[in-house]
Amino acid sequence: MFLASAKKLRSFGIIGMNQRNFGLISRYNPRHLYPLVDDKLKTKLLAQQAGITVPKLLGTLQYQHDVRLLKEILQPHDQFVIKPVKGSGGKGILVIAEVEHNLYFKPSGDAVPLEDIERHVSNILSGLHSLGGKPDTVMIESLIQLDPVFADYSYEGIPDIRIIVFRGYPIMAMLRLTTHASDGKANLHQGAVGVGVDIGTGKALHAVQYGNPVSRHPDTRKTFAELTIPHWDKLLQLAAACYEMTGLGYLGADLVLDRDQGPMIIELNARPGLAIQVANAAGLAPRVAAIEALAAIDPDPQSRMEFSKRQFTQNPPAHQPRLARTRSDDS
Amino acid sequence: MHLAKLRLYILVALIMGLGIGLILYKHFALGFPLSPDDKKPVWTIEARIDFAARGDPVIVSFALPPKTPDIIFIEEEFASPDYGFSELISPSGRRAQWSKRTATGAQTAYYRLSLYDTGQKSGTDAVDLPTEPEKPEFDEVLRTAAITLLDQIRNRSANTETFTRELISTLNSGAPSQNQSLLLNDQSNEDYKTHLIINLLAMEGISARIVRGLYLQDGRRRQTLTNFVEVYLGGEWRLYNQKTAEIGKPKNFLIWQRGDQSLLDVVGGKNSQISFSMIKNVQSARDLVARNSINQQAGIIDFSIYSLPIEQQNAFKMILLLPIGALIVVIMRLLIGIRTSGTFMPILIALALIQTTLLTGIVIFLIVVGTGLLIRSYLSRLNLLFVARISAVIIVVIAIIASISIISNKLGLDQALTVTFFPMIILSWTIERMSVLWEEDGPREVFIQGGGSLLTAIIAYLFMTNRTIEYLTFNFPELMLVNLALILILGQYTGYRLTELYRFHSLERRDVSSQR
Repeated sequence: MFLASAKKLRSFGIIGMNQRNFGLISRYNPRHLYPLVDDKLKTKLLAQQAGITVPKLLGTLQYQHDVRLLKEILQPHDQFVIKPVKGSGGKGILVIAEVEHNLYFKPSGDAVPLEDIERHVSNILSGLHSLGGKPDTVMIESLIQLDPVFADYSYEGIPDIRIIVFRGYPIMAMLRLTTHASDGKANLHQGAVGVGVDIGTGKALHAVQYGNPVSRHPDTRKTFAELTIPHWDKLLQLAAACYEMTGLGYLGADLVLDRDQGPMIIELNARPGLAIQVANAAGLAPRVAAIEALAAIDPDPQSRMEFSKRQFTQNPPAHQPRLARTRSDDS
Repeated sequence: MHLAKLRLYILVALIMGLGIGLILYKHFALGFPLSPDDKKPVWTIEARIDFAARGDPVIVSFALPPKTPDIIFIEEEFASPDYGFSELISPSGRRAQWSKRTATGAQTAYYRLSLYDTGQKSGTDAVDLPTEPEKPEFDEVLRTAAITLLDQIRNRSANTETFTRELISTLNSGAPSQNQSLLLNDQSNEDYKTHLIINLLAMEGISARIVRGLYLQDGRRRQTLTNFVEVYLGGEWRLYNQKTAEIGKPKNFLIWQRGDQSLLDVVGGKNSQISFSMIKNVQSARDLVARNSINQQAGIIDFSIYSLPIEQQNAFKMILLLPIGALIVVIMRLLIGIRTSGTFMPILIALALIQTTLLTGIVIFLIVVGTGLLIRSYLSRLNLLFVARISAVIIVVIAIIASISIISNKLGLDQALTVTFFPMIILSWTIERMSVLWEEDGPREVFIQGGGSLLTAIIAYLFMTNRTIEYLTFNFPELMLVNLALILILGQYTGYRLTELYRFHSLERRDVSSQR
């Protein structure tokens, strides 16, 4: 069977594209708030004001004639990430992991001459990666250091954690692992592995690549069974706080774990996709309904996080020693 | 139900009802056919009046057929050299009158009529009340014969209807009795027999009158009118065939004149003769109705697209197809879930396909976009600013189109010349977007979206070139309201798209316990 029955999907609570656009995005996300998340510089500023950790901003470029300044800006840094401010879906992101003898190296080891970086910056400025081709701004950020927890689960890139936050409550989470096929990018369309993460425990549940279930990382061959994300409570709490920060009722928070600085937010998305349901093998609809049924939204992100952990855990903690879980949390 | 939703459904119901109502009104009240193949026979009848003028003032008066709701007169023409002409309308019917101060020698007047049958059942043809039947003045012998005959027939019949039928069949019987022969007077003249029937019915107190009419048969010439008897029975006039006693108007029979007035009066002439010829041809029912409705100044037609000049009408033929394309795109994207590059680009491709025909169009599209992508990949290496690059792509697209035109012309492939119908700016954007897509998401995504666009365009093309759809959208612009209502409803669809059933199919196999 290539097609699922709509009745079954509905009984699982799977939300489709039309339902997402109609019942979630247009109902809970006022359009005037979009620029807060579509513009990554604004998001970064907001996050800093809210005391949320974000990757350090090394510099920005706004005009074509600034491109000449690029070398100067990059001079003091060995590692950095170049991003379009209004790009979406990870488009136009260039990661440089090493600089040697005026040659820049991607995590894959490919050398990139300065002219290529300048061309890339120029393309971003002229709007190649922005929505609707509008002129864009370039931001240069510090590179995130891979947390050793993910060393065996990641190939030439930094995995990120997507958490769907509905009216301030984290309702579903997914770890996106880079692979050889995805060219070191955490983009599911390009072949990254999506791992559903239990909201209650931060443990891996299911994993998919290209929409099909997998049990091991395709490059490192490591099974996902024993994968638990550290700092889980902190991650959930950061994601929950994004609700106050942006006012968006349905958003996708992309977080990473930095080896040195711990959890931080790299991007917010006002139109998060639906692949997270496949990775979790669970539908969003019952969780959305549970939050919609609440009489009032708790103003404290901490207690919202606690509520979500109780409400949406998939591994009932009955047979798990509670201590084991709290030990890995250091929030 | 939410108030907003209820309001939307009411709006949808109103729009849908208005659209369907207008369509039904145009179909049933104005007779617009719902199919383009609906054809109707149109009869053209020519009456030719010949007479010899004596050099005195001439007045020719000729009875014209009555206008009835079931028969539409498309055109009436009166022709005769140098005669004054007027049409007179009197309670007994319309008459044409030709006049001239002096005329000598053979004269001819023509009356030409085109008509078609609407196929609508009109209740009664004639609604006028009968006059009291006049008792005929027969001499003694005939009177006795008539009374005897009527007595016999009265015995054999039950009511007026059967009496009339019995009377006509008796008079037509092959072996006439003495009385019948006496009454018929050995004259086989049509008019005499008609009047005899009317007189005999009058003796019985039954109102009847003569009806003259014409059998419509294709290609007949030198026809004369046939007499029928119309009898007032139970509050309505019933037509009897005076030869067979059948009741009712035969098919393809045109009633020309009712009552006893003369068919033709010629003052100042002699040897007047009249003959009819007729011809049948088939015309599109739509054209007939549109023309007729304009004549009637029906408001809905008067303020419609038909009132525009032909050139604008043709433009609208195309424009009115666009909503169909939009509906296809909505269905393909919301229900099927096909991804296209650019929301409405498929409609523009479909419009181009209409001009180029399907296969040629697809080949040209693939050549232009393929070549464009190749050249665009070179442009991206030149390190150009964005606006300059898209402008360069536009020029490249135009150059490709020009080369296709020239090469195909040299090769004698005329159909490839239609390449100019493709929207070039849109094609350039498509190329630019696909090229970026290729760089970022790989060729797979380009083929998915390009293929989706082309598939949607082809389906839209097939619908937009369907004869019936083309016909309906142009002749029933009200269909747009129905279309709008459908799109409003589809805008509410929050169910799964077909492609999502595939996308999520791996979930089905696993036992998903829906948690709280």
